[in-house]
Amino acid sequence: MSTLDTTTDVTRRPLSGRRVRLGDLLLQGAAGLAALGAVVLVGLIAWKIVQGARLSISTFGLGFVTHVGWDPVHLKFGAGSFLFGTAVTSIGALILATPLAIGIALFLTELAPGGIRGPVTALVETLAAIPSVVIGLWGILVLAPILRDHVEPALHSALGFIPLFGPPNSAGTGIFTAIIILTIMILPIISSISRELFLSVPHELKEGAIGLGTTRWEMVRGVVIPYTRGGVAAAMILGLGRALGEAIAVAQVIGAFTGISWNLFNPGNSLAGMIALNYQGASSGLELSSLIYLALILLVFSVIVNIVAQLIVRHFGRHQGVAA
Amino acid sequence: MSSAVRSIERPADRLRRRRIVNRGMELLAWLAAAIAVAILVIVVFSVAKQGASALNLDFLTKTQVPFAAPNVHQGLANAFVGTLIIVGLATAMALPFGILIAIYVNEFAPPPIRYGVGLVLDVLAGVPAIVIGFFVFGLIVVAHGQSAYAGGFALAVLMLPLVARTTIEVLALVPNSLREAALGVGAARWRATLGIVLPQTIGGVLTGATLAVARVAGETAPLLFTSSLVTNSIDWNPSHALQTVPVAIFELSESPDPADHARAWAAAFVLLMFILFTSLLGRWLATRSRRKLGRAG
Repeated sequence: MSTLDTTTDVTRRPLSGRRVRLGDLLLQGAAGLAALGAVVLVGLIAWKIVQGARLSISTFGLGFVTHVGWDPVHLKFGAGSFLFGTAVTSIGALILATPLAIGIALFLTELAPGGIRGPVTALVETLAAIPSVVIGLWGILVLAPILRDHVEPALHSALGFIPLFGPPNSAGTGIFTAIIILTIMILPIISSISRELFLSVPHELKEGAIGLGTTRWEMVRGVVIPYTRGGVAAAMILGLGRALGEAIAVAQVIGAFTGISWNLFNPGNSLAGMIALNYQGASSGLELSSLIYLALILLVFSVIVNIVAQLIVRHFGRHQGVAA
Repeated sequence: MSSAVRSIERPADRLRRRRIVNRGMELLAWLAAAIAVAILVIVVFSVAKQGASALNLDFLTKTQVPFAAPNVHQGLANAFVGTLIIVGLATAMALPFGILIAIYVNEFAPPPIRYGVGLVLDVLAGVPAIVIGFFVFGLIVVAHGQSAYAGGFALAVLMLPLVARTTIEVLALVPNSLREAALGVGAARWRATLGIVLPQTIGGVLTGATLAVARVAGETAPLLFTSSLVTNSIDWNPSHALQTVPVAIFELSESPDPADHARAWAAAFVLLMFILFTSLLGRWLATRSRRKLGRAG
């Protein structure tokens, strides 16, 4: 962001003074309107979603958020089980993806031999380019059977005393499969941000640590990680935001079940997945409005998550600028 | 407690322990990178293997026939046409809008507004695609029904922050001496901006646009509510709802019929090849334009 800091720059400030030309005014006006348009767009999104959810909000109030169940026959809807599914899948994915992503970033910045650094960086970023619907297709047709036949029984027999690893279900789709798919999807986000952060650590600090006789890992733990802690936290939060909002891949593999089960191998559903699976099937205005209420909850979460991440980035960016 | 244990450890043992820990951590980092690369290879390989077998010329030129005999060749031509039109519409809407926003942020806005618009773009980029779908549903579809225009608008909302962000970044790379030189010979601000500064960034803007196209061409969620109630015939009219490749894959993958799965794989293969090609193109453009700007500075 420091490249944008041009407060003293004469050539890039707003128009002012006596001799303002018509063309200048037009360009500044058009560009300013476009920027205003972006702000209006965000407001319009919030307004339209609230408006669509109004019927459900006035019928169920805030009780909707915690009510477990989705009953189109008796017109009783609630977000409870989907909030649970969203929380478990995205936190699970974050727990799996973070150490992997940090490992990848450390590999790319500290360990990789020159010849493979570039290609591996490009490959990891290519992972981010695969569309979610393709990952979901692979998840439902290739990954789910493997998990069902091999991974889930093994985890159940080894860790079955923990309620999370209960008996596997016969379909292979479920919360666990969704966690793995989300892990794959947020891995490149966290690792590419972490890689850039690790690259920003000043060489003097790292050389100083090595000069004191630390091993490479001790240097990473004592210098690289503390120096980039805030940024890595922001990267994790951005990954969480992506996992919260992913609809299609989750809808394909999570098994579409309304209810709360602590067994990760059971099917469930997430906020975004529930919306995606019901795009043609809302049988009443109240059900449609309740689906939009789910979208509203999702919108609130994702806005909070992104603002928090940006604030962390800006806070630590300034702090690190001073330290460096 | 552990410090008491450590203090009676001999220095040589301690060094060895530290080296073993170091080696272990290095191995884990190698492993993490290997896992990521392996996932990519496995996904691309399964899509290629399953997709190539179901892929033929009829798949690209014919459409689906409901309740057809198994030996009838079916295709998704309508979905390819639909994706082309909808992504084209989205690009036509998002590109000029995004460039104008970037010009305002980088060339005119005072710092607090620059910060604010940047934050708004970040928030917009973080809104889940499915929420955008519902937004366009409420804004357009409720009153006017589904159409390729509505789908294109939904994708444009997703593209906008990507295009604006990359354009802001390349505009910031244009050396200030260029602006000063243009103003110094008496050019008006608008001519300096549109005639001198913006052309310098053409490579970067193209990169941003290409990567944004790669990103939204595979988006399914915003199209579910805006362009999914479709027919099986090829249709070029953007005021109708048009089938798209991602929505077709989503619907086919939910089907229990293995023949539908084969078609889903083939469609996924075509989509993936398009997206990988576009991202590589974007990456190549990015290196090229950065080198060029670096020389100018």
